[in-house]
Amino acid sequence: MSYVLETRGLCKSFGGIVATDNVSFKLPAGARHALIGPNGAGKTTFVNQLTGVLTPTAGQILFEGVDITGWTVRGRATAGIARTFQINQLFADLSPLESVVLAISERENAGAHWFKPLGARDDIVNEACALLDALGIGDVRAARVGALPYGKQRLLEIALALAAKPKLLLLDEPAAGVPESEREQILDVVARLPESVALVLIEHDMHLVFRFAKTISVLVNGALFCEGTADEIARDPRVRQVYLGEEDVGHG
Amino acid sequence: MSMAPHSKLDGEAGARLLAKAQWRWYEVLFWLAAISLYFVFGDFIPGIPTKLMLLSEIVSLGLLALSIDLVLGYAGIVTLGQGAFFGLGAYVAGVMAKAGMGVFPLSDPLLGLLAAAAVCGIAGFLTSFLVLRGSDLTRLMVTLGVALILAELANQMRWLTGGADGLQGVTSSPILGQWDFDLWGRTAYLYSLAVLFVCFWLSRRIVHSTFGLSLKAIKGNALRARAIGVPVNARLIAIYALAAAIAGVAGALLAQTTQSASPDMIAFHRSADALLILVFGGAGYLYGGLIGAVLFRVMQDVIGAFTLQYWQFWLGLVLVLLVLFVRGGVIGLLEGWWNRMTRTGDAP
Amino acid sequence: MLTILFDGVAYGMLLFVLAIGLCVTLGLMNFINLAHGAFAMAGGYLTIVMMNRYGVSFYWSLPAAFVFSAILGAVLEHTLYVHLYTKSHLDQVLFSIGLVFMATAIVDYFMGANQQTINLPSSLEGRVDFLGASIGVYRIFTIVLCGLLTIGLQFVLSKTRFGSRLRAAVDDGRVARGMGIDVTKIFALTFAVGSGLAGLGGALSTGIISMDPTFPLKYMIYFLIVISVGGATTITGPFFASLLLGVADVAGKYYMPAVGGFIIYTIMVAVLILRPQGLFTRASR
Repeated sequence: MSYVLETRGLCKSFGGIVATDNVSFKLPAGARHALIGPNGAGKTTFVNQLTGVLTPTAGQILFEGVDITGWTVRGRATAGIARTFQINQLFADLSPLESVVLAISERENAGAHWFKPLGARDDIVNEACALLDALGIGDVRAARVGALPYGKQRLLEIALALAAKPKLLLLDEPAAGVPESEREQILDVVARLPESVALVLIEHDMHLVFRFAKTISVLVNGALFCEGTADEIARDPRVRQVYLGEEDVGHG
Repeated sequence: MSMAPHSKLDGEAGARLLAKAQWRWYEVLFWLAAISLYFVFGDFIPGIPTKLMLLSEIVSLGLLALSIDLVLGYAGIVTLGQGAFFGLGAYVAGVMAKAGMGVFPLSDPLLGLLAAAAVCGIAGFLTSFLVLRGSDLTRLMVTLGVALILAELANQMRWLTGGADGLQGVTSSPILGQWDFDLWGRTAYLYSLAVLFVCFWLSRRIVHSTFGLSLKAIKGNALRARAIGVPVNARLIAIYALAAAIAGVAGALLAQTTQSASPDMIAFHRSADALLILVFGGAGYLYGGLIGAVLFRVMQDVIGAFTLQYWQFWLGLVLVLLVLFVRGGVIGLLEGWWNRMTRTGDAP
Repeated sequence: MLTILFDGVAYGMLLFVLAIGLCVTLGLMNFINLAHGAFAMAGGYLTIVMMNRYGVSFYWSLPAAFVFSAILGAVLEHTLYVHLYTKSHLDQVLFSIGLVFMATAIVDYFMGANQQTINLPSSLEGRVDFLGASIGVYRIFTIVLCGLLTIGLQFVLSKTRFGSRLRAAVDDGRVARGMGIDVTKIFALTFAVGSGLAGLGGALSTGIISMDPTFPLKYMIYFLIVISVGGATTITGPFFASLLLGVADVAGKYYMPAVGGFIIYTIMVAVLILRPQGLFTRASR
């Protein structure tokens, strides 16, 4: 089986604190995978190493068999790794259309064009519009991003990630903080993501995880606790204990 | 209110993006007004004194502020050192013209501008690496430090720059071999205005292009810009070097039209004034620096007429009030006013 | 040689007293106050007025300068600066440059543009021989006074309750707030004391360097160098940076007057290049 992503013995420590502890992880092409774990398990730290925001202390990251451990954020983005952020990272002063047009232009190596006015490339504009429509935010494409409701901003996060036509998409709590009324729209978008994209869902919400993920990894204290299919994980008493334990702490 | 989300409208979406780059009537008006000043203040009408030298200086200041706008208003790099490139450009053009003894090719004004642009572009490229990383404060201090070092250099290299006295008698040959610089500053003003327009037009193309959009994106959120594949550093280096070249052209213009280059052109207050002019006019509109330059010099003349010494006080007060109460400078105010007007007009 | 070293140390310690308020406020609120020198100028001119016009003793002028500048700082902090903390660095810079311009013009209006000095009391005049070098008594006075102040500051920071709260707030303002520390109040107090120290430094300066309305602009760059070299999280960093700068500046002007100006700017840019992650953002985790 071919793997789109692989990590070998990945470690990251901050001072004396070990945030990622020897994680070896394989992700097949087209996967629907979830990365779960209690608060502070190191999920976001792990994702930040995959995308190049953080440099691992030790270990390797391979993307489609190529060692990308030393690559920059942009290099990885160009290679086909896209992500959404747990907290919205958008261009507040641009419109959704402008944001997506820029992302597509960069993918098409047209980002440095300085003479032709924006919107001169019909193919890029059309693709951007189609993408925004597909995600159900075509109606607000000309609005100011900073003024959009939170749910629409979350969808734009996903749109920006998809604009790069990624082979691997890392969704960091895509529905976090979204009001109940706008939630279903986001879940629907996630469900309809193209098969060709390998998906890693970093989630806290178990309903969401079991709705989309076929396979699950559980991260505890920075280390891989266990892996398996959704059913196996759901039945695993140790996983229950990890989460119940956390809940006890939460109520105590 | 909301538009139907159908592909039919895609053509319209592209057109809307393109429309942002189209010239507006008020822009045409602005440039026509700038040309008409030539006839009003060019000693053509009896009774109105000639002000063309002052106007040429305003053009040069406005061009400097425009270059800061590209860096600050669009790419979000805070700089206190743009005056360094302005002064460098002035000295390059000044030294060249002086060495050429008023004869083509060295004293040719256009070649002087090109040389200033090239030298400053390279200087901007080399120093751009210093402003790539670090916080706003680090950038402020690095740009300030570079400017201070250059100013000190200009002061020390007496054999080349004339030291504290500056370069006098910088005589250019006629523009394109046709138009000589005259005593009233007629040639100087039209020449400055033409150069300003060319630089402005170029800047305008840039900010309305994909490249310009990527600068705004970097300013808005560099982390996200990287994540969608924008080569952040390369873009910042490019715009910083380009803005340096434009600042150099502005300095060269001033040296050529005043026929001198002095340490005053590279001093700290030049950078501070230009930044202030831009913020006063409104950053991120391209026109802010131009309008700011006009208002700044007119204010300086009016206030300076009765309290030359205390002009600084009013300048300081304006700055403080601007920061506390006004967003987006004069253009920001006008825009807000215009938006309110049109919104009430649209209401059913 | 020793004379120059001594002069440099005296100058450096003076710079430290002048700049320390700026360092702490920067570290505490990430707020850049380019008008810090204006508070020093206020203290300097108060001393000149008190001594030259009203014949007040120099020794009484020093605490008066401290109190005056501290009150001025507190008032301006409460009325104006407080609106600036949430604004961008660009706004902060523009705002404080505006204040500098106004202060310069105001002083120019009331005191004139010429350089002014004071006549030191006779007890501080003259020179003494020390290890074969002739050293100004006033230099020794400056070093002793600034040294005592430094020790006092260090004591307040490391041994008192206020000091530990201040350090916590500088370290991580959000966490400190979460622990119930009133960062805003600490900041207001620190700002006032920092301004007061600047005023005291300004008063001391009148005996070494003369006062004129461009003082805040001229010394702005020195303060910035102290911060960039010394950092804004401790007081020992700025202390050594000030000493280094003082000695380098005095020695540079003495031995190489032609390039004296370069040295300090080059040091600053070099330091900023060597620490490109930015001196004001602490290395992340």
